[in-house]
Amino acid sequence: MLTLEKLRYTEGDYSLSADLTLPPGRRVAIIGPSGAGKSTLLDLVAGFLTPRAGRVLWQGRDMTATPPDKRPVAMLFQQNNLFPHLSLARNLGLALRPGGGRLTAEETHKVEQALERVGLGGLSARKPGALSGGQQSRAALARVLLQARPILALDEPFAALGPALKVQMLDLVQEVAGELGALVLLVSHDPQDARRFAGETVLVAEGVAHPPVDTQELFDSPPEALRAYLGQ
Amino acid sequence: MKAITFAAGCLFASSALAQENVLTVYAGDYVVSEWGPGPKIEEMFEARCGCDLQFKPGDLLPRLLLEGERTEADVVFGLNTDVTKKARESGLFAPHGVDLSPLTLPIDWTDDTFLPYNYGETAFIYDTTRLPEPPTSFDALLDAPDDLKIVIQDPRSSISGLAMALWVEAVYGDEAEEAWRKLAPKILTVTKGWSESYGLFTDGEADMVLSYTTSPAYHIIAEDDHTKKALIFPEGNYFMVELAAKVATTDQPELAQQFMDFILTPEFQQMIATGNWSFPAALPHEQWPEGFKELELPSKVLFYSEDEAAALRDGAIEAWRRGLSQ
Amino acid sequence: MASRPVAVSAAIAAAGLILALVLGPVVAVLTRAGGWGTLGPGDWQALRFTLLQSLLSAFFSVVLAIPVARALARRRFVGRGLLISLLGAPFILPTIVAVLGLIAVFGQNGLVNEALRALGLPGFSIYGLHGVVLAHVFFNLPLATRLLLQGWLAIPAERFRLAASLGLSPRAMFRTLEAPMLLRIAPGAFAVIFVICLSSFAVALTLGGGPRATTVELAIYQAVRFDFDLGRAALLSVIQLCLALAAGLVALRLGTGGGFGAGLDRMVTRWDGRVGLPRIMDAAWIALAALFLLTPLGMVVARGLPGLAQLGAGSWEAAWNSLTVALASTLLCLAWALPLSTRWGEWVGLVGLAVSPLVLGTGLFLIVRPFANPLSLALPVTTLVNALVALPFALRILRPEAEAVRADYARLAMALGLTPLAWLRLVLLPRLRRPLGFAAGLTAALSIGDLGVIALFADPERATLPLQVYRLMGSYQMEAAAGAALLLLIFSFGAFWLCDRGGRANVDA
Repeated sequence: MLTLEKLRYTEGDYSLSADLTLPPGRRVAIIGPSGAGKSTLLDLVAGFLTPRAGRVLWQGRDMTATPPDKRPVAMLFQQNNLFPHLSLARNLGLALRPGGGRLTAEETHKVEQALERVGLGGLSARKPGALSGGQQSRAALARVLLQARPILALDEPFAALGPALKVQMLDLVQEVAGELGALVLLVSHDPQDARRFAGETVLVAEGVAHPPVDTQELFDSPPEALRAYLGQ
Repeated sequence: MKAITFAAGCLFASSALAQENVLTVYAGDYVVSEWGPGPKIEEMFEARCGCDLQFKPGDLLPRLLLEGERTEADVVFGLNTDVTKKARESGLFAPHGVDLSPLTLPIDWTDDTFLPYNYGETAFIYDTTRLPEPPTSFDALLDAPDDLKIVIQDPRSSISGLAMALWVEAVYGDEAEEAWRKLAPKILTVTKGWSESYGLFTDGEADMVLSYTTSPAYHIIAEDDHTKKALIFPEGNYFMVELAAKVATTDQPELAQQFMDFILTPEFQQMIATGNWSFPAALPHEQWPEGFKELELPSKVLFYSEDEAAALRDGAIEAWRRGLSQ
Repeated sequence: MASRPVAVSAAIAAAGLILALVLGPVVAVLTRAGGWGTLGPGDWQALRFTLLQSLLSAFFSVVLAIPVARALARRRFVGRGLLISLLGAPFILPTIVAVLGLIAVFGQNGLVNEALRALGLPGFSIYGLHGVVLAHVFFNLPLATRLLLQGWLAIPAERFRLAASLGLSPRAMFRTLEAPMLLRIAPGAFAVIFVICLSSFAVALTLGGGPRATTVELAIYQAVRFDFDLGRAALLSVIQLCLALAAGLVALRLGTGGGFGAGLDRMVTRWDGRVGLPRIMDAAWIALAALFLLTPLGMVVARGLPGLAQLGAGSWEAAWNSLTVALASTLLCLAWALPLSTRWGEWVGLVGLAVSPLVLGTGLFLIVRPFANPLSLALPVTTLVNALVALPFALRILRPEAEAVRADYARLAMALGLTPLAWLRLVLLPRLRRPLGFAAGLTAALSIGDLGVIALFADPERATLPLQVYRLMGSYQMEAAAGAALLLLIFSFGAFWLCDRGGRANVDA
């Protein structure tokens, strides 16, 4: 259970508050107007930002002061998910050995398996620059598999992909998350993504991250803030 | 920490070992270079003392003053009269105890602390092929056409530059600033040291360079070039002498004394002429090396004692600065 | 980033070391002097001249670099890369060599005056304020050009495409695209060059033509070497330091970074100025800059060739000493620069360039003396001082790129929990390879060329090459000195070229 307890974050004039709970294993979309604080919410969960007040808990344990790498969160950013000068094998290896040390045979095998799982079998020696955009996203997902964290935070990582490719990737995320039993938080500005991918949706608008509601219901009878965003 | 102790231990050990029969001589940088007199002095002296003579090059007096009585120098080699007053006042030097009767300087020298080993006079050097009719006196130089270009050294950063400031002071006295003003259009530029000036002259950038009466000897002996001449002015040329002194706190008093005695020996004096391209301080003219014998000597030698020089120095530099700043 | 606390403490340690190395000696000199000295009338004149020549030199270096960098940014021609490398050579020349090279071109009997005479035109004299500025522009135009060139190359290609599709006039294009970039980068370039020129001494004096061209550094030299007035030396050096820091602060407020790290091989495809006058103008600027910068170098080479054969074992030994010192200074400088590659780090780094070498040397001598024989520390001290002096340049090169790497990858590294060592080894160093190569080359070259040897620390057995040049000249060996100078040029340019190229080979995007 991921709990954001009376969470409040401010930066200059901007503020965001959240008081909500998300059960494990769900797929949750986070939508809202640009600049409302979707990515900020994700950063608070992942530990890149520290709240001014309130707590972040996972399974009842307070992790408000825990650094990002010690949190049960794996994250995919909008860009720069892979180090461009390192091969896929080394990029993925860092998930297992953050000190950059040499992988054991067993670990190397795990890396290969993860790449295989996302359809990049045999490409472990390639560097990211030698891959297509879709393949790069797959490689990043393979690393998430290796990290095996119970929360998966996606900050619009597929925004640059074409519609068909994006659908493919969201399906793959679904599979990967299913295998890990992970709670998925997907930031998106595309209502289609939310409808297709997430059972529940958190609306972030006017400085508040609202508790999750059923995605279908939300879009069928959108509240005022969402209506404005959807242009209805 | 251990490493530091160890390193310090090594340092002390090696300096303790080195205490045996080592004569430490602080010398000007030009002395120790492979073309300077240092290597020859070292060879000759070590042959007679059975010791190890070690030259330490660098800024002589600033270093000595910074170190004070804790200096490891036994002898200092290469001082000039412009700093002897400061050096004497530091109380760091002991009397040299050398009989001065062999001296053949053009002036009287009775100093019991600073011992001359070679000398020269400030003079403008020109090339007879480029300047067939040079000015024949200081006055003529001041009145020469402005397209005659000379390079001099800055009296604030160079010993020869300071000597020239005193030279102008000695010749023109109260009129020094006016003399500089008349000289100004002919001064192509002023350099930090002697080397830059002389380089500009040999490159053909300037017609004349402020140097020493002994400079032509180098060209005659080393290059068989007889076209470089020093201008001897009837108003006089300014005397410059190089000096050695014994450090009072030396831990090698005998060796230091032996070195001081060595300086005025004919053996040393024969060598220093070509070793340092200067007139030997204690050698009769007929014993000078060939190239030196043919040099024209100043008819009149100007010289300020260190007390006079100290009193006149700031004024002379100021006259130079104002005269050239117009 | 997991390495945050480590990075911060490394930065504090590196900055502390700079301040200790600079302020420690100043304090030591002051303590020894027993207080501040007083300034004479000549000192005020020196201060005025120092400011004037530094401002003019920095101004002309930057202003003239604008058309040259612009031309180099938008023209493609055979040998462009080599030309850009060669144009950097004056910057790394030791001053005495460069001055003699300049005089061979612009002096009384230099190429220019000979040409004028042949045409029956009146000659001109290089000596005076204009000569000082000319020499400083010769030294620093290459630096300014590379800084600005990098700025041009950093303007995204899309902007030029947009400008082309909108059909912007050259004027409008300059106002919307190029002027903002220049405003961002020029102040930093101006400040670095201003600070370099502040401590000019031999160049200013020799080409300035006399006491009117007295700089503060000369006054410090006089105070230390002749008057032994350490209080005055300390006072003057602190004034010099404050001027440099003020300049740095102004630049820090005005400019917001942008460096000259990578991407010099990259060409921005542009749609403007492809034909007609702009094309001719660009070619003219490149040709003029090349002529201005390369002719004196050519003279150094021509004068040095006969002397090369005369070089004795001493010169080759000196060359070897210079190379080892350069290698050590380079490693030290880069290790120093990495944790400081931030805005404030760059400002602190400027201090090393601004302090008078003479006061630095005297202070270090006073500090070291109670513990060890300064003569035996000649080479380590030279290494340290060279690294300190090269630091501002290394930081100027590394900082923008290092900030970009941090901006791009710090979150990923934090999410993965990379250890500080892994961040350094796997991310920072590989990502910074190009600027590191360039910075290493510049540091090595500066270290070989600079007379970083402080006279108080001169080592009888181990002279460096610049010291050897002076010793040769001091012993009438003018031809051999020219040979040693050429050797110096070859080594410093060689080191620069090797490191710079090494950083660029096999680099992945």
